[in-house]
Amino acid sequence: MMGRTIFIDPGRCIGCQACVSACRECDSHRGKSMIHLDYPDEGHSVASLPTVCMHCEDPVAPCAEVCPADAILVTADGVVQQADTTRCIGCANCVNACPFGVPKIDLQAKLQMKCNLCYDRTAYGLAPMCATVCPTGALFYGTLEELQTERPGVQVADSFTFGATTVSTGVAMVVPADKVQWPVPGGLPVVEINGVDVSEANANKGGGGRREGLR
Amino acid sequence: MTQAHAGRHERLPLDPSIAPPGTGTFRDAGGIPADRWHADQNGETLVPTHCCFCGVQCGMYLRVDRAGKVFGVEPRNHDINRMRLCPKGINAYQQVNHPDRLTAPLMRRSRDEPFHEASWEEALDFTVSEIRRIQAAYGNDSFGLLGGASLFSEKTYLVGKFARVALKSKHVDYNGRLCMVSAAGANKLAFGIDRAGNPFSDILLTDCLLIAGSNVGECFPVMTQYLWGARDRGASMIVVDPRETAIARTADLHVALKPGTDSAFFNAVLHVVVAEGLADETYLAAHTTGWDEVRETVESYPPARSAQICGVPEEQIVQTARMFAGAERAMAWHARGVEHHSQGVENCLSIINLCTATGNIGRPGAGYGTITGQGNGQGGREHGQKSDLLPGGRSITNPEHRRQICEIWGIEESELPPAGTSMMEMVWQMQREEIRGLIGICNNPFVSLPNYATVKDGYDALQFHAQFDFFLSETATNAHVVFPVTVWAEDEGVMANAEARVVKHNKAQEPPAGVRTDTWVICELAKRLGAGDKFAFPDSRAVFEELRVASAGTVNDYYGITYERLEETGGIAWPCPSTDHPGTPRLFEDGRTYHPDGKIHMQVVEWHPPMDPYSEEYPLSLTTGRTVAHFLSGNQTRRLGALVEQTPRPWVEVHPSHGFRNGDPVRVVTRRGSEVFPALVTEAIRPDTVFVPYHWPVPTAANALTIDALDPRSKIPEYKVCAARIEAAERIDEVPAPPTAPGHLAYPETQVSRTDPLPPTAPQGRGTAERS
Repeated sequence: MMGRTIFIDPGRCIGCQACVSACRECDSHRGKSMIHLDYPDEGHSVASLPTVCMHCEDPVAPCAEVCPADAILVTADGVVQQADTTRCIGCANCVNACPFGVPKIDLQAKLQMKCNLCYDRTAYGLAPMCATVCPTGALFYGTLEELQTERPGVQVADSFTFGATTVSTGVAMVVPADKVQWPVPGGLPVVEINGVDVSEANANKGGGGRREGLR
Repeated sequence: MTQAHAGRHERLPLDPSIAPPGTGTFRDAGGIPADRWHADQNGETLVPTHCCFCGVQCGMYLRVDRAGKVFGVEPRNHDINRMRLCPKGINAYQQVNHPDRLTAPLMRRSRDEPFHEASWEEALDFTVSEIRRIQAAYGNDSFGLLGGASLFSEKTYLVGKFARVALKSKHVDYNGRLCMVSAAGANKLAFGIDRAGNPFSDILLTDCLLIAGSNVGECFPVMTQYLWGARDRGASMIVVDPRETAIARTADLHVALKPGTDSAFFNAVLHVVVAEGLADETYLAAHTTGWDEVRETVESYPPARSAQICGVPEEQIVQTARMFAGAERAMAWHARGVEHHSQGVENCLSIINLCTATGNIGRPGAGYGTITGQGNGQGGREHGQKSDLLPGGRSITNPEHRRQICEIWGIEESELPPAGTSMMEMVWQMQREEIRGLIGICNNPFVSLPNYATVKDGYDALQFHAQFDFFLSETATNAHVVFPVTVWAEDEGVMANAEARVVKHNKAQEPPAGVRTDTWVICELAKRLGAGDKFAFPDSRAVFEELRVASAGTVNDYYGITYERLEETGGIAWPCPSTDHPGTPRLFEDGRTYHPDGKIHMQVVEWHPPMDPYSEEYPLSLTTGRTVAHFLSGNQTRRLGALVEQTPRPWVEVHPSHGFRNGDPVRVVTRRGSEVFPALVTEAIRPDTVFVPYHWPVPTAANALTIDALDPRSKIPEYKVCAARIEAAERIDEVPAPPTAPGHLAYPETQVSRTDPLPPTAPQGRGTAERS
């Protein structure tokens, strides 16, 4: 069963950026936030969504796999650490490899920085700063059982398809109970080519997931 | 899920006994006591205290370094917020050692001169000589005092006592007048007590939650955990708001009524409750007076009529009645959207009538509450800072109450001034030169009061103006003397949050050299005015001890609350008459109110239109409110880099039907003036309504446009509705910088251009809109 991790519930996000501010307070990267607050459907809806590192597990973190300097450590408990300052060369390979757009590069310092699941806290069994403060519970830290105890009937997914590739992650996403499609499609689906609707064709290939899951 | 987990790493077993998620703190886990002021091995100390901002009063630790300076924040597992914090709370600590802090008194003899730094002696003596000069020439009441609801209750007690005993003036009021006085007035009329009926935790127990005029997601983000906690347990939710806020989006029913029509709506809901036989007649017969009159009045508010007034479908009125009255336990929470009206008290009473008629009073999960905007909006008026109140919520017009307080203060009853006027009325009196001198304490009326032109005119007419503040606010730039005082983290004291839970703030660092506590300044002024013997308070604790005694035996009884008990318990709700009393989190559990007859006095409410009439020239409603990143007049939050970056400037929210695109310059025109804002085009607002957040000064001040009409009973201004029109403009005015240079912001890399013409990337604090 899924261990203690972050669950992201976009339905509860109010875009308040408490997570962004809290992340800045972390001692490991004080002053810099490792959270992206995304507005996925800007202009049409007022949706917002916090993106933390998804701590990819299977295949093992693409950022770590492509790192030429072997600077990104994946710990035995599944946490993908930020780059080791003594090894990172700031090449940004990890930025390009990450399917979720998470790592950031400090160009001046030639250093990659990313969410390390507040390892200084989670190692003690505590919630990361972002999930601790999140006033709405859009970021929740705990086990799936703890989440389901608090929110009966909640459905989550921790696999995402990108074309033919499925990525399983340590961090999970809450999905609407009536729209559980799993794995959840990642990236932007191609729905039209030269005016031809190809969404049906896309839905039938790759990953085994259907495309109309999360919107 | 299992197939997806094949091949993944096994997680290291973690011992949940160390600290379950959401409980304890980082330092607890590290073996360092978190609730005491012990430094860890790095010299870091965690001081338990509360946020300085809204009426939720989240618990937090301030991180203090080896040199005794506040440098960070750590979540605290306090009952109220259970570790959660909003962006304002997380960034609040940055104002403590902010470079904009005032560290010496500023002084000038006339407004034509620039400020110069003065000694404390010089500034205090000049102030007292001006008080004496003005009072000798024009009478004691020609000098006024305006306090603030960000002050600890001890300081608000001192403000009220100083005005009446040292200044001997009737003119004292406070900026809580702009916050929740309508709810206070309504609660007093109906229940004989001025506070919310239930604690926040009751929200988790309810079956139906009605949120009226409250953008909880942005204004009180930490409260959403209670709302959604109730939803998780199956409660239904009705949101009444002209805008589709983050909370409205998640509701079972969102009633997007036209601003200024709340009482017409709630009267119609009660009409349906009566018509469908959903009223709790047994409860009404046993516990209320006035029900017959109320029932008769709501007869003339059939859904068809109110639907037309409110601009909502008739079915929504019926549905609200059935959901609320049909629930076993229902609660109503409201905030400024209902209260900021020329009929604010009536709006609140119409909601109380609904709760009462359905028997939803005084039970776990059933009741009412008002969500206070300012940290001490509740406590700020309880001990005599409001023009018509004496300590303990006593009435200044009640001879017995006057006698009691004069005895405690050691003055003759004839020396105690009568009731004064409200904050906005005092400004009008300044315009008329009836008030010629003023001391303002931690308030910023140049941004927070409506109709800026009038406010500026009134303050400019003052012969002498002194202001207490820790940053040079827009209002302080008008003053003759500015006293640099402490921020909340440099003193100790109590605040009462929206639940009437009294919490204690602790001192985390020494104030900078040259800075004094408000208590010290008030007592020094009193000493120089010849009342030193009545103001011999060395610190907040001494004031609190007198406050406890002064409140004993009143409805607002604090006698049983001590600093020690507050530190042990994490807060006690008043009334608390003795030191072994547990406090009163939920009112009326015994079925009795605080009226002598123990009944709920239901009040007849008739809807009337807003004070600013619509016309062909001004066909739209302008409504105002907050954003998640800023607090009130923005004097504090507009200086914090992360919050400025998050919301650098105001905007005008308009419906797509007006034909604007995002970012277009739009001129908003009212009868008071016009200003240009970037458009934020959204379907989340009514086509006949526009919204502007109010945290900024001119030339982008929502309150340059709002009307200074007042509720006749609570004297709260009608911020939430005035007639307006919008038109295309050529360019967007610059956002003004704060009165002083912003200095070094905490996070220089997050500082953004203040002339950025674009609105925020998305409506602030909004969640996903599911429109399908």
